[in-house]
Amino acid sequence: MDPLALARIQFAANISFHILFPTITIALAWLLVMFKFMHHRTGDNRWMAAYGFWVKIFALTFALGVVSGITMSFQFGTNWPGFMETVGNIAGPLLAYEILTAFFLEATFLGIMLFGNGRVSNRVHTLATTLVAMSTSMSAYWILVLNTWMQHPVGFEMIDGQAFPTDWSAILWNDSLILRFSHMMLASGLTASFLMAGVSSYRWLRGDTALGVKAALRTGVTAAAIIIPIQIWVGDTHGLDTLKVQPQKIAAIEAIWETEQGAPLLLFAWPDEETRSNKFEIGIPKGASLILTHSLNGEIRGLNEFEGGHPPVAPVFFAFRVMVGIGFLMLFVSWIAAWQMRNNDTPSRRVGKVLVWMSFSGWFATLAGWYVTEIGRQPYLVSGVLRTADAVSAVPAPALLTTLVVYLCLYAFLLVAYVTTIFYMARKGSNLGRVEELPKEEINALGVAG
Amino acid sequence: MTENLDWLPVAFAGMMALAMLIYAILDGYDLGVGILLPEANADEKDRMIASIGPFWDANETWLVLGVGLLLVAFPKAHGIVLSTLYLPVASMLIGLILRGVAFDFRAKAKTQTKTLWDRLFFAGSLMAAMSQGYMLGRYITGFDPSTGALGFAVLSGLCVAAGYALIGACWLIMKTEDVLQRKAIKWGRTYLLVTCVGIVSVSIVNPLVNSRIFDRWFAVPEIFWLAPVPVITAVLAILCYRSLRSLPKEGDKHCWIPFACTVGINVLAFAGLAYSFFPYIVPDQLTIWEAASATGSLLFIFYGVCVVLPAILLYTAFSYRVFWGKAVPLKYD
Repeated sequence: MDPLALARIQFAANISFHILFPTITIALAWLLVMFKFMHHRTGDNRWMAAYGFWVKIFALTFALGVVSGITMSFQFGTNWPGFMETVGNIAGPLLAYEILTAFFLEATFLGIMLFGNGRVSNRVHTLATTLVAMSTSMSAYWILVLNTWMQHPVGFEMIDGQAFPTDWSAILWNDSLILRFSHMMLASGLTASFLMAGVSSYRWLRGDTALGVKAALRTGVTAAAIIIPIQIWVGDTHGLDTLKVQPQKIAAIEAIWETEQGAPLLLFAWPDEETRSNKFEIGIPKGASLILTHSLNGEIRGLNEFEGGHPPVAPVFFAFRVMVGIGFLMLFVSWIAAWQMRNNDTPSRRVGKVLVWMSFSGWFATLAGWYVTEIGRQPYLVSGVLRTADAVSAVPAPALLTTLVVYLCLYAFLLVAYVTTIFYMARKGSNLGRVEELPKEEINALGVAG
Repeated sequence: MTENLDWLPVAFAGMMALAMLIYAILDGYDLGVGILLPEANADEKDRMIASIGPFWDANETWLVLGVGLLLVAFPKAHGIVLSTLYLPVASMLIGLILRGVAFDFRAKAKTQTKTLWDRLFFAGSLMAAMSQGYMLGRYITGFDPSTGALGFAVLSGLCVAAGYALIGACWLIMKTEDVLQRKAIKWGRTYLLVTCVGIVSVSIVNPLVNSRIFDRWFAVPEIFWLAPVPVITAVLAILCYRSLRSLPKEGDKHCWIPFACTVGINVLAFAGLAYSFFPYIVPDQLTIWEAASATGSLLFIFYGVCVVLPAILLYTAFSYRVFWGKAVPLKYD
């Protein structure tokens, strides 16, 4: 097989596996801070019980994120040496600052957050929890600065084939950063809240009366119901921005081959790169123009204007529809659940079951979204600056293939172990979590659990 | 920029070396604990893992910093070194992944699977340690692909695993008591001997396989101020051995001595290696100046490091203070 394809598949496999876990922990950390805060304020032990259960899920998820993240720091060099050689002067400092300001902070205070109860005061423990939450978000900021720069490079000049920064503030506060960063943070919020709602619903449906289950269920549903409309709005705005900075990506998302005014919004189609046209089109006339230009006859540039420099159409087109589809499903389910819970502790059992099925829906939406934006950047690694094919390493195909197979087996094994363990913990929580009968010290000790 | 900034790559090489050294010590002890795991019973295993629980994640971050500095400050070297070491890097990463997740899974997954996760914890620790040693060996020989050089790399892999087991045992002597502590003392004696054999053989083979290192080590007058390195190393090894013979003492006195000696040996061995290679970052191919990134970018990171690194060291110290003393079983439920 082609080493370029193998290097890409391997990197995509690693980064896809990795993002699953930070997507949960970035927002879950803030939900844990909220649980602690609610407990401080109300003295209600339900919040501490919810914290006690979810901090264990957090620890497990965090560990998977750390180990898969270490892999990333090596694969930048092993798979894409041309990346650092060409744009290292910009990517390097951003990665270095991520390590220095985020990784150490989160790793060190995670120890205190998980195991420090009883050794530090409650106040210091809450501070440690907050620092972990802040540093996971900080890490998302740095990596999105880098990613935004790869999508829309600014503030640099090319000298002898190497990028040199000329304006760090333009790089750090890239015009399209705020949208991309918010989009990712909200995606994390949705992923964590659907996980919390789903697993709590699973416990509730099994007749788990442990303290904190319903509090977590309500937290998950409420957070999801609040975040999803904001996310849809941010996503739409992000699309408008992309039309400006990466029109070829939008053309691929909408599968528009010829530049046209009043382009239709395709609900389904089969984009064919050979004939450079779509089969089986079902669309809403003028829909795409209306959404993207806010005018029925707005002009959208087609893929043929970017021939040789636009991404593969089908994966971007379909991934986008998967993401949007899950997004609207999330809107529908979370609002129904929230509506049913306005006077009740719980939704109907049927909606409860749907929530269980949607526990990991955030993963699918997040991955689909990342595929849209990253495949949508192809054939460039850094838009207009560096082609992916020019950055690939000379590692021979057999070595890539062998390690790819091993990585894939390992990731499949770990994913199965992770998901089954989460539900196992949910079931075990039912047997052990009779917190209301425990004395206060043991309730506090729940916070210790790793 | 007209100002002379030749010191900048040196500063970055120094920081990278420091990060790698701290990594070898800190993750060394927790990988070592993983390597020693099969020799303990179920209850002791929990205690051993509890002793490293709050630290392992931050310990591994030093590796990310070390590799990160290589990546950002010396991108050309990062590309050459990691592409050449592609397979051992992959095997180290798989080891680190297995062990990092086994930590949590062993306590949270079904009880029946705990043995599986313990085995993976051991296997992952050993794999990571051996791969690191193997890579060090390949690096020392300048990536020479001959059979002899590869054999040396395997030897180096075994040495590093033994060295980690030693520092892991010394860590346990400080962090545990009673039966487990006595076991750790016994492990410490065994692995101290193995490690010493390893260091001596690496030191003999190293100048033989690499003539540039031979010239560096045995040139006059450098040899005179280099001589204290092996001498102090030997003194520390003897001190460590005597301490391991006399422990445990009344009131747990001096339980920190073996750990301190081992750290000392580690630092000296590392300094010896660093001296041998400077100013090359890819042995005999690329110097740190040739491999360095643009000075503007390096300065931008350098200022950040000056501010952030002391803070990192401070809160790391705080974390060790919080978990000072003997390890208590971590409560998972």
